[in-house]
Amino acid sequence: MTDFHRHPDSYHHWKLQIDGDVAHLWMNVDPEHPYKDGYELKLNSYDLGVDMELCDAVQRLRFEHPEVRALVVGSAQERAFCAGANIRMLAGSTHPFKVNFCKYTNETRLSLEDLSINSGVKTICAVNAACAGGGYELALACDEIHLVNDNNSAVSLPEVPLLGVLPGTGGLTRLVDKRKVRRDRADVFCTMAEGMRGKKALNWGLVDAIWPKSKFQASVDEHAKALATAAPKRAAKGISLPKIERQLLAGAKDSKDLAEGFRYSCVTVELDADRRKATITVSGPTGNQPKNGAEYEAAGAEAWALRCYRELDDALLQLRFDHEQVGLIVLQTRGDRDALLQVEKDLFANREHWLCHEILLHMARVLRRYDLMARSTYALVDADSCCAGAFLELTIASDRVYALDSDKVEFAVGPLSCGLLPMSHGITRLDNRFLAQPEQAAKLAKEMPTLNAADADENGLCTYLLDPVDWDDDVRIALEERVSLSPDALTGMEASLRFGGAENCDSKIFGRLSAWQNWIFTRPNATGDEGALTRYGAPEGARFDWRRT
Amino acid sequence: MSIVDLEAKIPNNVGLRDNKRLTMALEKWQPKFLDWWNTVGPSDFNKHDIYLRTAIGVGQGGWAHFDYVKMPDYRWGIFLADGPADRKIHFGDQVGEAAWQEVPGEFRNRLRRLIVTQGDTEPASVEQQRMLGHCCPSLYDLRSLFQVNVEEGRHLWAMVYLLQTHFGADGRDEAEAMLERHSGDVDNPRILQAFNYPVTNWLDFFCFTAFMDRDGKYQLASLAESSFDPLARTTQFMLAEEAYHLQTGENGVGRIVKRTGELMAEGKDPRTVGAIPLEVIQRYINFWFTGSMDLFGGEDSTNAAESFANGLKGRYRESDGIYKDPKALNANYSLEVPTEDGKIEKKDIPLRRAMNAVLLDAYIADCRRIVDRWNRDLEKTGVSARVYLPDHKFNRHQGIYAGFRFTPQGELIDEATWTHKHTEWLPTQADRDYVNSCMVKVTEPGKFANYIAPPAQGVNNQSLDFEYVKFH
Repeated sequence: MTDFHRHPDSYHHWKLQIDGDVAHLWMNVDPEHPYKDGYELKLNSYDLGVDMELCDAVQRLRFEHPEVRALVVGSAQERAFCAGANIRMLAGSTHPFKVNFCKYTNETRLSLEDLSINSGVKTICAVNAACAGGGYELALACDEIHLVNDNNSAVSLPEVPLLGVLPGTGGLTRLVDKRKVRRDRADVFCTMAEGMRGKKALNWGLVDAIWPKSKFQASVDEHAKALATAAPKRAAKGISLPKIERQLLAGAKDSKDLAEGFRYSCVTVELDADRRKATITVSGPTGNQPKNGAEYEAAGAEAWALRCYRELDDALLQLRFDHEQVGLIVLQTRGDRDALLQVEKDLFANREHWLCHEILLHMARVLRRYDLMARSTYALVDADSCCAGAFLELTIASDRVYALDSDKVEFAVGPLSCGLLPMSHGITRLDNRFLAQPEQAAKLAKEMPTLNAADADENGLCTYLLDPVDWDDDVRIALEERVSLSPDALTGMEASLRFGGAENCDSKIFGRLSAWQNWIFTRPNATGDEGALTRYGAPEGARFDWRRT
Repeated sequence: MSIVDLEAKIPNNVGLRDNKRLTMALEKWQPKFLDWWNTVGPSDFNKHDIYLRTAIGVGQGGWAHFDYVKMPDYRWGIFLADGPADRKIHFGDQVGEAAWQEVPGEFRNRLRRLIVTQGDTEPASVEQQRMLGHCCPSLYDLRSLFQVNVEEGRHLWAMVYLLQTHFGADGRDEAEAMLERHSGDVDNPRILQAFNYPVTNWLDFFCFTAFMDRDGKYQLASLAESSFDPLARTTQFMLAEEAYHLQTGENGVGRIVKRTGELMAEGKDPRTVGAIPLEVIQRYINFWFTGSMDLFGGEDSTNAAESFANGLKGRYRESDGIYKDPKALNANYSLEVPTEDGKIEKKDIPLRRAMNAVLLDAYIADCRRIVDRWNRDLEKTGVSARVYLPDHKFNRHQGIYAGFRFTPQGELIDEATWTHKHTEWLPTQADRDYVNSCMVKVTEPGKFANYIAPPAQGVNNQSLDFEYVKFH
């Protein structure tokens, strides 16, 4: 199993330094500690292990260091800010790994943007030296990019001219959508391997400020201090995030159904290798839960609302990286609906409190991680289900909802569905579901009804309402049918259907860019024997099939 | 300045008169160059008459025209070596095809980078050496310094010519940027780190010209093989001048070594008579030789592989046909690689990726030859002491040995040993202070400072007491 747990005390590649309300995150990648053997992480290039630490640092800034109001992402290496994702790692990785790696790094960068947009921590990227590819994409995810003006250090996106692939972490989209660099200039920049320096980079809008080398760090720090002072105060003291505990399931459940998998306190994942499916069961709160901000601070990471979603987050990542064969995720919810809704009501009422606010943002990110699973997702709603609040969100985030037609089945819309848990493209899951009837989405969000199965079906929340006599068989057939279809076609189809309505920068990054990137990654011009990525650094240059498609 | 003036000021064989674009570019750039020369070029010697060699043509003797000239009036010219009109590409993936007279679009950025990096070193060395005239050991050496300086200036012109002729507006911008970066400037340094080191005394200068300019020779030689014909022919001509700079350095260090040997043979401690002890000279050799090796780039380099594959940079003397396979495919090169557990292992890498190492090896062999020559001179003085060339792994900051510590003999050591011993191997502040204290200014014709032996002969068949620089 992949261990996503990281802690600043044992980072190999970053140093998190907190000075009052300003944090510095220094990138200093240890070349000798790659995530897998077979390559060296030279010039602050990164791989999954490096990004796990970055992701951890951003998460800890949110929860453990609410005193921080500005973050400077810099490099502790004199010769390189960051050379981007390690090319040899990419060239030596399987296609699924590459795609999952890119998706994970994209989510990390979005979490960095989320830190600024929704938590108010302003971010500056201090580009002290060469900044290429994924290095510049990391910079693009910050609010401001400050570049040393030494006539030498450049920002660049050399993927197209050097590697025959695309910048895979949102570089192209952020260039034109976020920074609004003129499209023709972006075209020039993205085909110029050496990138752009100093004044020109500034004039073209590729960076926000340039400083002479002798004044660089001091100027950046001064600016960071000013941003921190102007940013709203969050809190003086945070909570700590302990390691997420996970256990393997003890083998056989019964003689017929050989289930394997793993479980946490609120989340269980059962794997069925033969049927290429994984069943995720999420469980609602039990016992006393915090009622307000102070109680949440006292409970820390033990509070169900944080613990459950941290566990779900880890489970989703496990499935992505370690269980490529799983084509279908079956979602089940369990627990007491009223208790769950009470937790959400309390969080909603206290949403101005920094920690409740962070917990809600975290829930939203985990739900988005679920939206972005490149697996089919079916939700089953039966008599034991806890289909309420954010668990209802998970349910309707799934590709299909199978509900048992029974009086014991209930769907309850909670207070968070009105916009606190937005999808990547910025709208609620209700809006996304009822594009043809926006009034229906608004009504459900406003009235927060609890509906029995038939009413839920009437209100458009079920795909299939199954009679108890048909339930077992119809569900079995539905699952078997789904996993028999082409996994590639399903991935593309699901990604297209899940996000209705208008796109935004975030959804383009995943939808458009990663679709192109994934296509290019598998094309001979990139990864064939004579492809540019394969041949990068090899004695012979690439040979292309010149036909445009 | 009119076209006619430019023609008169700038000796050339590139048809400057008919090249409107180049003329316009140079009209703009030339005054900035003079400004640069007057501001950061040799300090205080612009009004002196100096016996200098000026290149006025590429034919026999054309590049060795001697006369008194004031440096700002030096005629910085633009020359391409003669070459066959139908030259063929002789290495890399496109071997056998016609050499390029124009820059191919696909290699434009890479070529420009190569030219800018090379070009940036030329004015850098002039800046580094600008104060040396004030403590020259003789008129002969003062002249040598200025000869080197004006020719490095001309080499800048040569690179600027290529940029302005073949790289459009970007090229013109790069040409200007080369006058804006300055050696050792914290905010705007020269591109390569070694060109930001201070050169404060004549031992530095001679070591610099012996080792760093020799690196320049090998870089130029690899560009002289280029499939881009104007670059090949420009650098071929530069090599003729560069040879003089190497001689200046080789002879200069040799004369200091010889003088120290003579004093030792007489039973004198060099330190008591303003000369430089052999172990100090050794530390300077160690410093500059290792610094120059860092300029070759990584021993295992994808960049180098691409430059070779694309036909931009060849191996040393590639066109002499001394290598078996002009494509350098299906062959490996063996590198000594340090491992985590403190050992050195042999590792084979594809030959193309090792092109920097191949060039470096040729360079090291050349350096070994000059050190042998210095030792022969030492032997003649009758002393048994010798200087040596440190191992190529010692004191490296670039490439596969960077981050590891080695002795000058090439033995892998730990950080503690290095901390304890490195002052025996590299110049200390005390060494620098002492060498600087030896720098007395000698300007009487035929006289030499006590730390350096006179050369074997004068310049252009002139005597040693010839007035190479006229003070007014």
